[in-house]
Amino acid sequence: MEEQKEKNIINQDEKVISIKGLYKSFEELEVLKGIDLDVFKGENVAVLGKSGSGKSVLIKIIVALLKPDKGEVMVLGKQVNKLLGKELDDLRLRIGFAFQSNALYDSMSVRQNLEFPLTMNKKSLGKKEIQIAVEEALDAVGLKDKINEMPAELSGGQRKRIGIARALIMKPEIMLYDEPTAGLDPVTCREINELIDEVQKKYKTSSIIITHDLTCAKATGNRVAILVDGKFLKVGKFNEVFDNDDKQIKDFYNYNFIH
Amino acid sequence: MLGKFAVKKYLFSKGIDEYLTDVYNAYRFALQFFKEVFKPPFHFREVINQCYEIGLKSLPLITLTGFIVGVVFTKQSRPSLEDFGATSWLPSLMGIAIVKALGPLVTALICAGKVGSGMGAELGSMKVTEQIEAMEVSAINPFKYLAVTRIVAASIAIPLLSFYCSFIALLGSFVNVHNLEATSFVTFFHNGFATIKFLDVFTSVFKSIVFAFTIGIIACYKGFNATRGTRGVGNAANETVVLAMFMIFIEELVIVQVSNWIRYF
Repeated sequence: MEEQKEKNIINQDEKVISIKGLYKSFEELEVLKGIDLDVFKGENVAVLGKSGSGKSVLIKIIVALLKPDKGEVMVLGKQVNKLLGKELDDLRLRIGFAFQSNALYDSMSVRQNLEFPLTMNKKSLGKKEIQIAVEEALDAVGLKDKINEMPAELSGGQRKRIGIARALIMKPEIMLYDEPTAGLDPVTCREINELIDEVQKKYKTSSIIITHDLTCAKATGNRVAILVDGKFLKVGKFNEVFDNDDKQIKDFYNYNFIH
Repeated sequence: MLGKFAVKKYLFSKGIDEYLTDVYNAYRFALQFFKEVFKPPFHFREVINQCYEIGLKSLPLITLTGFIVGVVFTKQSRPSLEDFGATSWLPSLMGIAIVKALGPLVTALICAGKVGSGMGAELGSMKVTEQIEAMEVSAINPFKYLAVTRIVAASIAIPLLSFYCSFIALLGSFVNVHNLEATSFVTFFHNGFATIKFLDVFTSVFKSIVFAFTIGIIACYKGFNATRGTRGVGNAANETVVLAMFMIFIEELVIVQVSNWIRYF
């Protein structure tokens, strides 16, 4: 049943993200050492790794917030590191990014946070259409009643949801989640995992979920990829990856459950 | 021998290299402003919003400081002029001193402290909490929306504040002169402006714009380059104030020198 449902969502013939031989270093610190990864249309890939292993660097390269030293990053058929100006902006509008720190504009209300990307990028939209889009995005994350509140008045979980709603407002084809459950209690973590799952189904997005939390990876990822020492140790379905005698994978699994 | 050269990482020393890199990056930041300022989209609403933040919210402080500067400077100048029996020159002296130097300088120093630190801290906080990156991934140019609007608003609001500060300082001076000598408002201001020439007013306005631009550029540059969490935000605010004040004094010196050359040319 689960397999059948997955087949309906994922289109294995269409790659939305294709990364080949990606290298990135900061001064003398080599973070990514030859990464290869494909994400198919409608698929959620969870990237697991310890803190500082370069997981966030990977998704920041995908949206061109960072430049790779070497390698090719194709997103929705475009080579990201060769795009500039309007072309890059157009691609970025097709990608939603939920930040680890939520990155909500703290001088703006929830409504203004969600309206901002719309008013800046879709000038043809009228007030009524913007209002509908904002309400729809808030409805998707279950926080319609918080529309007039300021980010500082929200709980950690609510801020995460608003961050996701803001990323969803442009109706992206790809969602990138940076540590969506970091710093949240187990109940809120489960709610966020369910939300990521709902977003995949409702908005038909393909996603990369950066996390160090095995539960989140298992709940949200159709596949998981383990990043160790700047390289993917293993990429595949959760059970295939962790049903493995590799010492580093075992260490990672045990580390997660001890901490 | 080769190994010895291989480990040498800095051109001069770490501190000097970092300082020179900082100066170069600030210069590029200023160049980017000129590239972006005339290109659409224009965020007029944000410029007006920032003018309100910078201008209107600084009015009480500028009023108080300007008035006190006027009163104190008049009180301290009086004994020296009395020695020469020249107290009647007090309005002229105050007019020259305030319009040519004190008004723009005092306003710029107050704004470097109040506006510059606020701007540096606000943008620094946005940087460390990834709000600037959030704008970038939403296809919004943060340099244009945050930096250009603030620099333009500062370059409009601070010169206006400088005019206002000069007027309030002259008013403070008038209150003092009027109390002791019953000089009328019209006489005071007539004498005060009698010796001021077009070049003085022009230099004063030009100076204010240069000071304002400096405050805006430094605050935005430091804010955009803030790192290392809350400490970085504090540093951005602090470095903005120190560097802006330093630059204001250097610019004052240069502009006064140049205006004097023009005057005697």
